[in-house]
Amino acid sequence: MGKTLQKIKVSTVNEMPKNLGKTVTIGSHEIALFHLANGEFRAIENRCPHKGGVLVEGIVSGDHVFCPMHDWKISVVNGEVQKPDNGCVKTFNVAIENGDVYIVL
Amino acid sequence: MTKQKLVLIGNGMAGVRCIEEIMKIQPERYEVTIFGSEPHPNYNRIQLSNVLQGATSIDDITINDWNWYKDNNITLFSGETVTNIDTIKQIIYSDGNRKVEYDQLILATGSIPFILPINGADKKGVTAFRNIEDCEKMIEYSKNNKKAAVIGGGLLGLEAARGLLNLGMQVDVIHLAEYLMDRQLDPTAGKMLQKELESQGMNFYLGKQTQEIFGETDVKGLRFSDGEEISADLVVMAVGIKPNIQLAKNSGIPVNRGIIVNDYMETGIPNIYAVGECAEHREMVYGLVAPLYEQGKVLAKRICGLKGEAYEGSVLSTKLKVSGVDVFSAGEIFEDEKAKSIKEFNEWNGTYKKVMIRNGKISGAVLFGDTKESNNLLSMINKNAEVSEYLIAGTSEELSVSLVSAMSNEEIICGCNGVTKGDIVSAIESKGLTSIDEVKSCTNASRSCGGCKPLVGDILELTLGDDFSKSNQKESICTCTTLTRDEVVAEIREKNLTHTREVMNVLGWNTSDGCSKCKPALNYYLGMIHPVEYEDEKESRYVNERLHANIQKDGTFSVVPRMYGGVTNPDQLRKIANVADKYNVKLLKVTGGQRIDLFGVEKDDLPSVWADLDMPSGYAYGKTLRTVKTCVGENFCRFGTQDSIGLGIALEKKFERVGTPHKVKMAVSACPRNCAESGIKDLGVVGVDGAWEIYIGGNGGTHLRAAELLCKVKTSDEVIEITGAYIQHYRETANYLERTSVWVERVGFDTIKAVIGDKQKRIELNQRLNEALSVLQEPWKEIIESNAIQTDLFQKVKIPVISNK
Repeated sequence: MGKTLQKIKVSTVNEMPKNLGKTVTIGSHEIALFHLANGEFRAIENRCPHKGGVLVEGIVSGDHVFCPMHDWKISVVNGEVQKPDNGCVKTFNVAIENGDVYIVL
Repeated sequence: MTKQKLVLIGNGMAGVRCIEEIMKIQPERYEVTIFGSEPHPNYNRIQLSNVLQGATSIDDITINDWNWYKDNNITLFSGETVTNIDTIKQIIYSDGNRKVEYDQLILATGSIPFILPINGADKKGVTAFRNIEDCEKMIEYSKNNKKAAVIGGGLLGLEAARGLLNLGMQVDVIHLAEYLMDRQLDPTAGKMLQKELESQGMNFYLGKQTQEIFGETDVKGLRFSDGEEISADLVVMAVGIKPNIQLAKNSGIPVNRGIIVNDYMETGIPNIYAVGECAEHREMVYGLVAPLYEQGKVLAKRICGLKGEAYEGSVLSTKLKVSGVDVFSAGEIFEDEKAKSIKEFNEWNGTYKKVMIRNGKISGAVLFGDTKESNNLLSMINKNAEVSEYLIAGTSEELSVSLVSAMSNEEIICGCNGVTKGDIVSAIESKGLTSIDEVKSCTNASRSCGGCKPLVGDILELTLGDDFSKSNQKESICTCTTLTRDEVVAEIREKNLTHTREVMNVLGWNTSDGCSKCKPALNYYLGMIHPVEYEDEKESRYVNERLHANIQKDGTFSVVPRMYGGVTNPDQLRKIANVADKYNVKLLKVTGGQRIDLFGVEKDDLPSVWADLDMPSGYAYGKTLRTVKTCVGENFCRFGTQDSIGLGIALEKKFERVGTPHKVKMAVSACPRNCAESGIKDLGVVGVDGAWEIYIGGNGGTHLRAAELLCKVKTSDEVIEITGAYIQHYRETANYLERTSVWVERVGFDTIKAVIGDKQKRIELNQRLNEALSVLQEPWKEIIESNAIQTDLFQKVKIPVISNK
């Protein structure tokens, strides 16, 4: 009980190149943070549900990242694996304030 | 309304497949419970031999992982065995003291390995080859033991033996019959198989009966009935399987060899069904995957209360999964008074074909060495085709299409993923698919081994009719566009496009940001067309090329420094050793290209590893020139006629770093003994007295291809000139990700030879290549010197644990 959400500063907008991922570890969470082409930031768990591939290294296209291990296509918005594969990865909320990037845990 | 209770006993391929079918038809009808004796989720048992042979991992053969059961609300009791069925009260009992009621019950208890009842069969070191544990046991044994004996020269025994060879063991195979796979092959094919496997290193004892396994507690060896003895530390029994019917028998369900079922997989007891290897249908028990899937479909319809087609038995067909050996057998294989055969035997190529004919119809076939016709033949056997149809087949191109048209919708096209013709046809019709790739991503057909690709093409052609023609079927570069590689390249040149996004916008991509296939391809084409102006897009590169290191399955990286021509010195070796110590490198390995690979480096350590190495990048990750492998050559070797090391180094220095459609490997050997393996490289050079021979289009990978002799030249300068023209021609005309071996076959060796042979074209090609080479920089150095790249690409953000209050 009594657990409150925390905003943790992880980067700044300027430090995040577009369409590339950054590995962020917060405690035991390993998170893939993405700066999308449309300017949005998204954060998902850094493991593909298939074989645990590190998603942060995948090719980013639009709202999706392609796992570098076996090319699974995963939405960075809701964490859903795209057909014909199945599964889901955890997503994290991201907040931008004054040019700083925060992950909300 | 409460759901009906459906219980499946046996968490294997047949039973779970049937549940999948039921889920497809009526996902809400049943509350499903599955019992499995093994501790694993459902896995592909057929692939175990590939695990043993090192071609795949145990993780990779899982069909339905734990999540699948959860997602489909299936209760799974794994590692738990059902001990009794009360068929009156409809209750089952397990060894986990569980009591579960059922409305419908499926028995899919599979089969158990047959263990020969001989003395010593219970000694330590004797195993069957049936499940993951057996596989792990064999792998474990191979670590400390040398000699293995496999009893049984059938399909399973030979696959096990090949696996043990791969694990570094010496392998004796003992077989009761006079030739191998005597249930599936005739003596001619069996002997050919033996010869091939002997050349791979297996040793055979044929016509031998094992009488005893001796040793104290551990196995020491075998004794045959003729008194001969051989030593062995590990004995694998692969003499057959028998249906696992104990539970059914104890519970009063009628059995014979297997659990007796009718054409709807119903046993003699109401509401109880059997499917798979434990079932006996029309006195047949099947141990192959296709029949199990067919039975599963029939049963699923029955259980969902639909009136489906009856199961009428399957034709048995076999393919041996041993690399380098193509064997196929189906239907009947032996001639008698009524059954005749058509045979083709080519001793030179090592191929053999026998097609069986009974009453004027195709009834069976054996293929050795070349199994391309296996799908066609199997289909003809299945539909009992007239012999005339087979004879016309050789001349008519329409045959394959008429074959798929004769297939029923229930017939399995993709054995790996269990996709039927009906699945594919309905996907094509309902989703408007027009290419094999689309079918692949929609239905999973041909996604694993790719063996059914031709059939998928035939089904497309059949379903789409005039709208589809294989010969001019445009292969678009990915599903984001309908344009082909050549069209895209032509548009980039004509419209002078300069960015990947611009190409996608202008050429009407149907996705706004592309995908993992077109982004790297466009990035390559743009760089090839505008070598000087184009700024490489890091985000369009595959991770290995973006970070200039190879990603490994645990997310760490491996690093290969350049050692030109495979030559090194004590100074470099000391540096490598120091770096390996400093960064706790997990593995140091000499690569196939004679370079040293350092494994297990963390992403954020990469720049400092490179700085400490102070050597150029070996591009072991790149679509570019990888290595030039060399033999020792004239300075040391008593046969060497030329300076292979010198030429190798010159080639590597000249052509390193330039981007190519796929990786390029080269080799230089100083004599025809070919110690550098020049015959299977993208470009291979062989020194003969006073000249160099240049070979192109070789490949040592999954599709082994011998390189072809392009020309013979006198000097090393000429080798470099020819090589430059060849690389540039490949850069300009190959599809992205197309190896030279495939490119040479697609474009035609003679066409390429004519281009390279044209002096004027050769000069122009070299000029364009030199322009591309002129702007390249050493990437490791570039990264070490750029804080910006290090921050953008390599730095991780680490925030220690924060306490939540």
